[in-house]
Amino acid sequence: MERVLDVRNLKVYYFTSKGPVRAVDDISFYINKGETLGVVGESGCGKTTLGTALLNMPTPPGKVVGGEIIIDGTNILELNENQLRKNVRWEKISMVFQGAMNSLTPAYTIEKQMLETLRYHRELDEQEARERIKKYVNLVGLSDDVLKRYPHELSGGMKQRIVIAMALFLEPELVICDEPTTALDVVVQAQIINLLKELKQKLNLSFIFVTHDLATEAEVADRIMVMYAGKIAEIGTNDQIYGEQGPMHPYTSNLLAATPRLHKKVEKLNFIPGSPPDLLNPPAGCRFHLRCPVVMEKCRTEEPPLKEVEKDHYVACWRCYENE
Amino acid sequence: MSDVIFELKNVKKWFPARRNLGQLLSGERKWIKAVDGVSLKIKRGEIFGLIGESGCGKTTTGKLIMKLMEPSDGQIIFNGEDVTHLDKERLGQYKRNVQMIFQDPYASMNPRFRAVDVLTEPLEIHGIGKSKAEREELAAKALEAVKLTPPEDFLGRYAHMLSGGQRQRLATARTLILSPDFIVADEPVSMIDLSTRAEILHMMKEVQQSMGLTYLYITHDLSTARYFTDRIAVMYLGKIVEMGYADDLIDKAKHPYTKALISAVCEPVSGKVNQSKEVPIKGEIPSAANIPEGCRFHPRCLYAKPECMQGEDPELQEVENGHYVACIRYKEIEEMGTSWR
Repeated sequence: MERVLDVRNLKVYYFTSKGPVRAVDDISFYINKGETLGVVGESGCGKTTLGTALLNMPTPPGKVVGGEIIIDGTNILELNENQLRKNVRWEKISMVFQGAMNSLTPAYTIEKQMLETLRYHRELDEQEARERIKKYVNLVGLSDDVLKRYPHELSGGMKQRIVIAMALFLEPELVICDEPTTALDVVVQAQIINLLKELKQKLNLSFIFVTHDLATEAEVADRIMVMYAGKIAEIGTNDQIYGEQGPMHPYTSNLLAATPRLHKKVEKLNFIPGSPPDLLNPPAGCRFHLRCPVVMEKCRTEEPPLKEVEKDHYVACWRCYENE
Repeated sequence: MSDVIFELKNVKKWFPARRNLGQLLSGERKWIKAVDGVSLKIKRGEIFGLIGESGCGKTTTGKLIMKLMEPSDGQIIFNGEDVTHLDKERLGQYKRNVQMIFQDPYASMNPRFRAVDVLTEPLEIHGIGKSKAEREELAAKALEAVKLTPPEDFLGRYAHMLSGGQRQRLATARTLILSPDFIVADEPVSMIDLSTRAEILHMMKEVQQSMGLTYLYITHDLSTARYFTDRIAVMYLGKIVEMGYADDLIDKAKHPYTKALISAVCEPVSGKVNQSKEVPIKGEIPSAANIPEGCRFHPRCLYAKPECMQGEDPELQEVENGHYVACIRYKEIEEMGTSWR
């Protein structure tokens, strides 16, 4: 299958006065054309850092300190700012930031702010540009009359649709969505999820769907990548993670058992004692070992590599290789 | 003492809407009807869940119960006593009995206060404990109750030295220190990481059972509500549309709005990636300044008939043991089967 993105040994550190915070620490993964990769993890696990790093624009004081991000055969970490703007960002890979719907300019109509972005990137005359905007606004399920309106006249769900349209209208192959449904009500959440699924099919797009919510991920992601403390704990297909057999990494399975279920009466929900480690000073060995219920001696000293234990199923856990 | 600790009788909270010059001159008034006639009874010792989307009035209802604002109309009865309007002295006593846990554990604590200050401040305000030492002893006890042990380790810490979960424990300890009867918890776990969320809910339940407390749990999250609460009321645009025992309400939802909410919830099970979610609801929530006539849900309801679109809102009526619904067509909809799924 064609890969739209290949990430190898990516490291992103935040250089703070107390020392480097290893927010994304040596991770490798890929995305196939037309698939949605769900990136899931708790706050501080590096999922948003990963998203911005993929555009090669980490938030200061963050820096990409190593690795490769390969899009269309080019390592985008080697490109300069100008080339990135012109050829990569929003052209090949775009992002819907967390809370982006609140960053629309309040003084501009929707059409004006969309035009501004579009005409910066494309030499279109006004008529063509308007046509293209109209097409994308319709594509995300809104009618033309929203174009004349100001952001405050739109609901949260409508603004989120506009932001998604803006991520799409330069026709990228890959769209990163960072918590696109978190601030929305459940009914609107379901509508946005449906929209993303529809767009994926219609345009043969690839998505990275970043969220903290395992339940949402089950609805949207073909494959799921679970992050813990800057590392990948597990990557598996939707069936491998949510199916009968269940996930392999103890972090994933415990997190899943901590997720409340609506249609299943649970007597006692699980929880993981303790809290994630400080990434200024991550623990030796497996980063999860301090909270792991099935920790072994080896886990405290040696870091488990991410290994393919069955087809398309990668796990970083000493226990899981032992079971082979 | 009766087994009803709180009763709201047709409680309303209307906020005046901003008027333009024409409306100002003509004397026309408009209201934002945040809470528009809520009646409910909360039983002693239960966890009562109040659920709804943003803007449905659930937080305003919590604030009315906390007496952080005065209702525009209706009656609030606490322990058999009418507390709708209280003078300053009785309000002080009332607030000892009714406490609140806020949503954001990062914003609800003074950053310059150590845990011991956070906990002893309410004691000083209410004049409990003769000496500082006695108050600090009570503070240590409260920390033990919420499992921040050993308390000596935590008493000297500032809020920033605690994790989100620990802060929410401290916030719970702060409410417990006055030994209240009733606690309003407004989205207490929505900002806490999933892996520790259940831990906080367990702790809250343990405290509730050991101290015989009653909770009002306000949330938008149906899944935690089913897990945590005994009874649930679903609010829509300032009114309760359905109320019942948690399991009944979710497994046998009757109101079309509740059904829509339930079908919109994501569940962590496989095999749903390639199908779209069917949510049986139309359009978006109208503004509370402009509540539709008739059943307030009718513009979004897939089952609305002409009789739903005029007159008064349907009454909340008991249809099964303890299960209340405000919909005139719930029976017909039930007979139509599960086509909404």
